[in-house]
Amino acid sequence: MNTEQQHFDEMLAGEGEVRAPYSAYQNWFSQEDPARLAKKSKEAEAFFRRTGITFNVYGQSAAQERLIPFDLIPRIIASREWTKLSKGIEQRVRAINAFLHDIYHRQEILRAGVVPIELVSRNEAFLPQMVGVSPPGGVYTHIVGTDLVRTGEDDFFVLEDNARTPSGVSYMLENRETMLQMFPELFTQNKVQRVSDYPKNLRRSLAACAPVNCEGKPTVAVLTPGIYNSAYFEHSFLANQMGVELVEGHDLRVVDGRIKMRTTEGYKVIDVLYRRVDDDYLDPLNFNPDSMLGVPGIMDVYRAGNITIANAPGTGISDDKAIYSYMPDIIEFYTGEKPLLNNVQTWRCSEPQSLKYVLENLKELVVKEVHGSGGYGMLVGPAASKKELASFAAKLRRNPSNYIAQPTLSLSTVPIFAKKGLSPRHVDLRPFALMSPEGINITPGGLTRVALKQGSLVVNSSQGGGTKDTWVLED
Amino acid sequence: MLGKTAGGLYWMFRFLERSENTARLLEAGFRIALTRSTDAESEWKSVLTTAGVCHGYDAQYDSYTAAHAVDFLLRDTNNPSSVISSIDKARTNARMVRTALTTEAWEAVNEAWMALKDTLKRPVKETELPAVLGEIRRHSALVRGAVHGTMLRTDVYDFTQIGTALERADNTARIIDVKYYTLLPSASFVGSALDNVQWETILRSVSAHRSFRWMHNHDVSAASIADFLILDSRFPRSLSFCSKQIEENLGYLAKDYNKRMPCHDLIDAQRNMLRAQTIEMIFDDGLHQFIRNFIQETTAIGMQIEKDYSFIG
Repeated sequence: MNTEQQHFDEMLAGEGEVRAPYSAYQNWFSQEDPARLAKKSKEAEAFFRRTGITFNVYGQSAAQERLIPFDLIPRIIASREWTKLSKGIEQRVRAINAFLHDIYHRQEILRAGVVPIELVSRNEAFLPQMVGVSPPGGVYTHIVGTDLVRTGEDDFFVLEDNARTPSGVSYMLENRETMLQMFPELFTQNKVQRVSDYPKNLRRSLAACAPVNCEGKPTVAVLTPGIYNSAYFEHSFLANQMGVELVEGHDLRVVDGRIKMRTTEGYKVIDVLYRRVDDDYLDPLNFNPDSMLGVPGIMDVYRAGNITIANAPGTGISDDKAIYSYMPDIIEFYTGEKPLLNNVQTWRCSEPQSLKYVLENLKELVVKEVHGSGGYGMLVGPAASKKELASFAAKLRRNPSNYIAQPTLSLSTVPIFAKKGLSPRHVDLRPFALMSPEGINITPGGLTRVALKQGSLVVNSSQGGGTKDTWVLED
Repeated sequence: MLGKTAGGLYWMFRFLERSENTARLLEAGFRIALTRSTDAESEWKSVLTTAGVCHGYDAQYDSYTAAHAVDFLLRDTNNPSSVISSIDKARTNARMVRTALTTEAWEAVNEAWMALKDTLKRPVKETELPAVLGEIRRHSALVRGAVHGTMLRTDVYDFTQIGTALERADNTARIIDVKYYTLLPSASFVGSALDNVQWETILRSVSAHRSFRWMHNHDVSAASIADFLILDSRFPRSLSFCSKQIEENLGYLAKDYNKRMPCHDLIDAQRNMLRAQTIEMIFDDGLHQFIRNFIQETTAIGMQIEKDYSFIG
């Protein structure tokens, strides 16, 4: 199936025609020796291995640590495009935060009937333990990674709001670092906005959310499940870049109503915990009793207002795929504005009409699990075999409310540096937004994930996706 | 610093040192097996005993041969002290404490792990052994160099040094423990060929055959070798040197944290004991007992440090 011609390519508008943001880059590229670039590409891989920028894939014991392939052709976004995107993201992040505050307090949006009550009350991501709790600074979603896709010159869509513990920011930073080392000349020819302030901004943003009773400079720490977690590299990277401690559950305990870490000089208070551990594992006394990763009693300390947990427990209710379909209504409800960024049309299979439509049109749709992530358990209709379609249809009928469906979007492409030169591949984009009482800060750029397999629409790193450096040009 | 981080640094450097020591032991064993085929079996047994892995080896093999011993010490992941196991644990600890390491130090240990994992993927042929052993020692030296050249002299550095010195002291003591009988001044052996080969093996297994000669050009005797290995604080693998190193870095920690801990009393006691000894006194009181006591004290110091600095909760 060769449908490449129908997709919007962000670099090459048509026969020999380069889109404006890529013009300087194209000039440079056309004068480069492909052999030199191939060599650079190899060097980049060695660099990633040596620095240990690896991730672990669950269920693959043979390849314990893998690299996420890095492609050396940058993804370039014009300043004008970015302004529009970042405004849309900011609006969305504000709405999500207001939504979270509302559903854990007065639940006005449910009373108004904008979001069906059972979607919240029966949702596993809704934490009763958070009802009536106001997080320090009023911030629920300290870090949000909004997944965007593009289908045309002015057509951006939000695919997912990652409001739990979005990952990938270390790749955004390391990809840029790698490009700066390999091709410094490119950054004198192109005015690219910086991303390197992210760790500093993250620390500042987290510190600004410290509990009111925090004395002096807030102590921030990153909580990791440990070195066998797939994103461990990122956890240690961020702790390192922020200059804060990287702690595991067994380093922490509740002492005198505060969370303290065991140091070589006794126990020391932590004010802000940037946790990369899921809600369920956060506190064996309050959530999953079998968890070894969390801190017994941390929720009680949290409810007493003595520690900031980022992101707040219970934020998962806002990035649930079933809630997602209501995002345009949620945005209007809290901001009084029309959404600046569009949602992808979504059929909720829990609704009989929608289920009927989805089953009839399975071959054209992408079907996802409501609580799934990482590209697992999804069906890409056009790429599926008859047998796969049939077995997925059976799963759908058995448990329809577990699924949503979306049209197969004609995702934009950006060329990758392949053996035979430039070759278009589908991409998405995850910018990272930081929220604190001081405001919302969105790093210009983000993580571009690219489906390395020709024609593939799945960009997840666990499914053979790669990454690109993402440039946002200055005006 | 987190207690866990202190523990991670300490163990990272213990394992790194262990990988290097195992390589040295192998080198000495291999050499003696080459030159003296008759005693090869007992030599390999004593190498395995020194490495503290005889039990594991016996469970797997019936006889002591070069091929098996080399494989067990270098590549066997069932052997927790093999080079591959040690380097793997050193790197796992390094990942855990990555936020405390400089980029250079981390990359050095990560590269060591990548390179040695690759080298030790297949059984090492006899002809390749010298090159492989050299590679192991070189990587250890590179990590040490990166740490020495780039790390701040803070508590982080102290724990790396303490781990190294403790492992080294233990290693040298074990070598003497296993070979102590060759160092006893028994009249019938003095000057015999057996002695010379045995002594040479001991010195080689601590990379001291050259330095010893520099220091004791004309006096090659059991007493002078034992003195060199135990009491000479110029030799960086002697018990005295290692003990002094531990004392020094524990001292910095006490100053840094403004607090003396029980481990300080233990190391002071060991230092005072060593300072009061002469090699004659050690021989008179029994070399073997002395070494056994030293190993026990060193283990106790290690455990006390773990406790005093909250390595585990």
